[in-house]
Amino acid sequence: MTAAVQVRGLEKSFGDLDVLRGVDLEVAPGSIVALLGANGAGKTTLVRILSTLLAADAGSARVLGHDVATAPRDVRASISLTGQFTAIDDVLTGRENMVLVARLRHLPHPTAVADDLLARCSLADAADRPAAKYSGGMRRRLDIAMSLVGEPPVIFLDEPTTGLDPQARNEVWETVAALAADGTSVLLTTQHLEEAERLADRIAILHDGVVAHEGTLDELRRLLPPAEVEVVERQPSLEQVFLAVIGVMSAADAPSGASAPTGTELP
Amino acid sequence: MTAIHPLADTGVLTGRSLRHVLRSPDTILTTAVTPIALLLLFVYVLGGAIDVGGGVAYVDYLLPGILLITVASGVAYTAYRLFLDLQGGLFDRFRSMPIAGSSALWAHVLTSLVANLVSVAIVVGVAFAMGFRTGASVWAWLAIVGVLMLFTLALTWLAVIAGLSAKSVDGASAFSYPLIFLPFISSAFVPTDSMPAPVAWFAEHQPVTAIVDSMRALFAGSPVGADIWVALAWLVGILAVASVVAALLLRRRMR
Repeated sequence: MTAAVQVRGLEKSFGDLDVLRGVDLEVAPGSIVALLGANGAGKTTLVRILSTLLAADAGSARVLGHDVATAPRDVRASISLTGQFTAIDDVLTGRENMVLVARLRHLPHPTAVADDLLARCSLADAADRPAAKYSGGMRRRLDIAMSLVGEPPVIFLDEPTTGLDPQARNEVWETVAALAADGTSVLLTTQHLEEAERLADRIAILHDGVVAHEGTLDELRRLLPPAEVEVVERQPSLEQVFLAVIGVMSAADAPSGASAPTGTELP
Repeated sequence: MTAIHPLADTGVLTGRSLRHVLRSPDTILTTAVTPIALLLLFVYVLGGAIDVGGGVAYVDYLLPGILLITVASGVAYTAYRLFLDLQGGLFDRFRSMPIAGSSALWAHVLTSLVANLVSVAIVVGVAFAMGFRTGASVWAWLAIVGVLMLFTLALTWLAVIAGLSAKSVDGASAFSYPLIFLPFISSAFVPTDSMPAPVAWFAEHQPVTAIVDSMRALFAGSPVGADIWVALAWLVGILAVASVVAALLLRRRMR
């Protein structure tokens, strides 16, 4: 079976700066691979090469068997890129953004595709508002929804949760997990270990311009000495507290008849 | 090979960009306001002291140059919009999709053409209200619109260069200031023979004078002469060079 992504000996430098120095990487069809690395490790450079936005100096990169250098159009037809910055049109509404992408992908029913995806990404209520009015989490969801238009078999997500609050981040994680469940292959870059742990089938660590280690979470764990058993009093993390409080608040916001506090508008 | 549809894609992206113009119609009005102010200032304040000879009304003499200034200030919005697309990542989104590579640029260029023609029409309307009269035939009008469209295309490709190479929003639109100023050192406001020799030489050998003189002749319904060929040569030359430079800049982003 053809690998969704196959990278061999990929090199890229900007002037004197060798960013990628022989990267090997493979994403099996229908799997999620997390590319883990510090800021400036070259994650975005790799994703840009795979998305045909940047030319490599040496080595090869293939997406579903199509070489990014010699068959860029076939690569573009197979992929979708969700870049580091939310690439949405602020002037257009959410629906117009979606329809724009659907029409550029020459889908037969652009509006139907747009409405279906907006609903799946919980943006149906905001569909007719300009994207400029969206919150950070909504913008990212719209960004990802735009990348799902036309169901491309391979999706690149470049740091999809950077700058999101925990709740919005969890929503993005659910969307990504659902994607892989549908058979989409995902290459995800992140600098958050937890994100890789939660989502990825395999994890590749990019360091010093090469993939230093690659494997499942368990394989990577075995690189370290076996765990020792310690007794630790487990305090809830601030994140758990935050999410619990938010959950409680939104439950209390729901209309509750006569007990609603004064000033609350009932439907 | 995956099929691409350059015309359809350019159409979709132009629709998107025109929507930006429609949602902020002030961009068209802002483009028209300065030329209209110049028109009022020169016709009603300074024009009385300017003798352009031949019994020509000053508003008739001035309008072609004012129309060029309108376009020169309008194309700055193209650089601005293109820069925002590049900065926000939308341009990369389009470039990573199976669409023709040039569609994303042509959409901005065509939008500029439409928006500037609307601004120009507004300025011409105001000129008529101020007493501008023309004996131009339908063919002469078509030629005038053609020259203005070519002028807009040439300047818009310069704006594309500015948008592609800018480092900041302000930088993206700064390129248009010299373009707006160029008509002042031409036959647009006063006949060149009133200028000191070196200035007059520059004025007669820069493109604005040839373009303005041809448009003036077309409006007056008189023979155009060689000016139109000089004007067309300038415009086609600028258009060709600017679009090639823009394509090279686009390719350099791949490196």
